[in-house]
Amino acid sequence: MAAVDEILAGKDICICAGSGGVGKTTTAAAIAAGMAARGLKVCVLTIDPAKRLADSLGLRELGNDAERVDPALFERHGVEMKGELWAMMLDAKATFDELVARQAPDEEARDRVLGNRIYQQISNALAGSQEYMAMEKLFELHTEGRFDLLVLDTPPTRNALDFLDAPRRLTQFIEGRSLRVFMRPTGLAARVAGRGASVALSVFKRIVGFDLLADLAEFFNAFSGMVDGFQARAQRVNGLLSDRRTCFLVVCGPQGEPVDEAVYFHRKLVEAKLPFGGVVVNKVHYPAERLRGDGADLAADLTAKLGDADLARRVGENFADYQALAERDAGNIERLSAELRTSRTIRVPYLDEDVHDVAGLAEIDRYLFASSEEREALAAGRPPTAARRADTSRRP
Amino acid sequence: MRRYSHDHPLFLPPAEIARNRPVTDLLDKRVAFVTGKGGVGKTTVAVALGMRAAAEGKRTIVCEVSAQENASRIFAHAEVGFHEREMAENLWAISIDPEEAMREYVLLQLKVRAMRDMLFRSRIFSYLAAATPGLKELVTIGKIWELAQLDRKVKRGRKYDLVIVDAPATGHGIGFLQTPRTFAAIARVGPIHSQAQQLDRLIVDREHTGVAIVALPEEMPVNESAALERDLRTDVGVAVDRVYMNGLYPERFSGEEAERLGELAAGEDGAMRAAARAALSEHNRARSQRAQLARLRRRVEAPVKALPFLFEPELGVEAAGRLAKRLG
Repeated sequence: MAAVDEILAGKDICICAGSGGVGKTTTAAAIAAGMAARGLKVCVLTIDPAKRLADSLGLRELGNDAERVDPALFERHGVEMKGELWAMMLDAKATFDELVARQAPDEEARDRVLGNRIYQQISNALAGSQEYMAMEKLFELHTEGRFDLLVLDTPPTRNALDFLDAPRRLTQFIEGRSLRVFMRPTGLAARVAGRGASVALSVFKRIVGFDLLADLAEFFNAFSGMVDGFQARAQRVNGLLSDRRTCFLVVCGPQGEPVDEAVYFHRKLVEAKLPFGGVVVNKVHYPAERLRGDGADLAADLTAKLGDADLARRVGENFADYQALAERDAGNIERLSAELRTSRTIRVPYLDEDVHDVAGLAEIDRYLFASSEEREALAAGRPPTAARRADTSRRP
Repeated sequence: MRRYSHDHPLFLPPAEIARNRPVTDLLDKRVAFVTGKGGVGKTTVAVALGMRAAAEGKRTIVCEVSAQENASRIFAHAEVGFHEREMAENLWAISIDPEEAMREYVLLQLKVRAMRDMLFRSRIFSYLAAATPGLKELVTIGKIWELAQLDRKVKRGRKYDLVIVDAPATGHGIGFLQTPRTFAAIARVGPIHSQAQQLDRLIVDREHTGVAIVALPEEMPVNESAALERDLRTDVGVAVDRVYMNGLYPERFSGEEAERLGELAAGEDGAMRAAARAALSEHNRARSQRAQLARLRRRVEAPVKALPFLFEPELGVEAAGRLAKRLG
């Protein structure tokens, strides 16, 4: 086991990845807050956070500017901010528009792209554009060098893998190389491809019923001056992601399905030669194995102590239910650690209350940044002590 | 540029449609879309609804739309793929792969074999199909519509009374259901125009099509469910039939009992302390969940039905069966 600050030592970028509904946004915010408390200037980039979380951090609606989170908010909950916490709520469409504006050779070219229907569909809806734009913003902030650490909360793709694949797919689409050669009516490729291709096009047009080709042609035309800029940038973004100062944290839940997805996602990270840092498992039921089997006399003990057989029975049933879940979680996490061949598995327990405020983030940080003694206490079913380590602050 | 507008003569304003349609019970419809935020248990609820309908004697098929094969997982079945597989009596499942659906669509559209072969061989066709925004969603909804036909287009197709769709998560879900309308507005001529119109009519037809949202008793899922219901009404023209609040803990202890358990947890050690703590944790959770349930009821118009949390290591077919009994 390791704590988040050990995993992130010397890193510039932390990317939290995982499937939907596993608490990525909260984890990213808690990591950023914890690292800022330890002395770094941190910015968390998030997409669509829970409104109450955003409100409690004093953040306004979507905007593409980083905002400083008031340290007094954390101090009120006993967390001293030695560094600075900044947050940015990403607006994917605005980022894409900015990127086009930057890459366009002139205003006319920019307006042609921004007004094109295919572009509008892509920038709004095409799977991958949110992911791509998140990377883009990450790259931009990293280049500016204003922060010690950037924490990215990845978009809620149903399938976590889309996230890795998205930038490549999007640039390929924008390049449109294979299509553009066919669209040039007198091009050599068109003649080589011959009648087959043109029949395919006309059949497609007949089925779809609208002149998609005209729109696509216009789109690629409008983009033609920018393709090289996009490609070069995409390569630099990819370079940044595989840099050793970048770190991917896989976030998941303790049930079988999220664990399977985390295993799969980890494999894809390794295949893509991206730097895996560790895995955070949220909403884990504690305690587990320690109490297995010593509950034989529990019912009698409880009845004696509570003087209420019915209440004792319900307490016992509830405990058995919890233990079943705790055992399941422990089994799944064991499997996860084995499959990932990692000891960097951080468990955050299923807390009694939803986490949507600063107090909740501070609570989660006690687990994410727990020392080894605190982790032992955790495993024994006791919450870690409120005393936090103060010796971990560092600046790169 | 051609764009869909709400005063397009083809369509009533969506909110108007949502108001004017009669309500029938979700399971008496032909198609039921199950949607909601990621990780709330959509697939489990979709499968449970399917089991419930099947138990009532309805021939039912559960469709997955993003090749996740979660339904087959619940049935502990091998991946079903783009085939109608029988899972239980009266209950089938299919995973709709857009590429397969596109292929099937082309086969049904083009009667000339040489032309079909040429199209499938052509790289440019698959490129265009992938590049056309919304085409994947359109052919997926087209396949759902085809499954719901009493006179199936596919050869030897089975007749179903009910098609249950494990729809994409919030956000993507809205776009998914809007696709036919967007397409009908963009494509002015040809088969897709009329078919997209037909599909849009299916989606807004309250008599035959239902929508259920699945929520969890937590802050963010409740907010998103309320927003989803509103967006479905204003942007798609669909009224939600039911909201399922999934994973509700039982209220096992009263406030007074919780106090006594608090004292016990403070004074004891070992198993007794752990049991008391587990009870307190359950009590707190159950209480905050009830508050979220009340919030959900205040914030959505559709009737809300609470579903119990199942204390099961993994949700399988038995758990889904027990949930099915509680869906009413």
